[in-house]
Amino acid sequence: MSFQDTIHQAQSSGDFQPLVDSIPYAGYIGFEFQRFGDNVIFKLPRNIDNIGNPILPAIHGGVIGGFMELAGAINLLMFMDTPLMPKIVDFSLDYLRAGRDQDTFAECQVWRQGSRVANVAITAWQNDRANPIATARAHFLLAKK
Amino acid sequence: MNITAQQKAERFVSVLRHCQLLGLKVLQADETRLQMRLPYSKDIIGNPMMGIIHGGALTTLMDTACGTACFVAVEGMELCPTLDLRVDYMKASEPGLDLVAYASVTRITNNVIFTECQVKQEADNTLVAKCNATFMRIGAEMTPPDFRNVIESGDASIYMGIEPLVKVNGKASMNTGGES
Repeated sequence: MSFQDTIHQAQSSGDFQPLVDSIPYAGYIGFEFQRFGDNVIFKLPRNIDNIGNPILPAIHGGVIGGFMELAGAINLLMFMDTPLMPKIVDFSLDYLRAGRDQDTFAECQVWRQGSRVANVAITAWQNDRANPIATARAHFLLAKK
Repeated sequence: MNITAQQKAERFVSVLRHCQLLGLKVLQADETRLQMRLPYSKDIIGNPMMGIIHGGALTTLMDTACGTACFVAVEGMELCPTLDLRVDYMKASEPGLDLVAYASVTRITNNVIFTECQVKQEADNTLVAKCNATFMRIGAEMTPPDFRNVIESGDASIYMGIEPLVKVNGKASMNTGGES
């Protein structure tokens, strides 16, 4: 099955696990998600291979960015009417505190979906949702139907 | 401390576990500029239809290149955490091509360091992404003696163990931080 068929099937069945399984980078960092009706929480389980700073130790900032970027794209595929993998245009990431060697979570807010571009805010946290470890804003280019 | 800028950069990257898995390699480093390669791998594809490397791997490349440039640019052994990173993705990279980050330190103040970075396809110099990143200064006195020792000696084993992390084509890809 082609990747595009995988996307189509996920959108029609509501089961996005096969889609996530077909993205190598998702498996590389250990990307997971859980849906609660119209909400979804993305999860990056603790993984020693994602460590950047060995002293604290802390998750590599780039991995946190990759996790949040992927969450933004999957979130668009889940809830918006876009038939292809959204293309990232730009990404702005603020690091608020070190990502410790433990599970990390993320949620997304689509502020606007235009006909060509979507603006998505992504928040990542560990112990306490009210104290995020990073916030990000991304623009994605959407494929025309 | 009588190590070169390049050795300082290589030894720094040698203890960043995720960077060793990605195979990030310092190609060149001086006090203000640094070049780092991300080898193409099918493991880090973000769009399987096109075989394009995921933006997260590029973010890691740029964050590491800019952060390492900061570590080399400041005197002593001062670790600088990333404050923010802003990336423009100019063009999807072509499947199979290695990418090179060209990072430079724009300005160093007492509290922050400003950097910028471009990522190009190594084969044809096509611009793929660029970023501006800002790093905090926390002071060299915050760096644990163990870490200072790793950079001065080039022996990464206290953080990384003695076994290579990954083997690529039967060859260990672990950068030991020595001269190559």
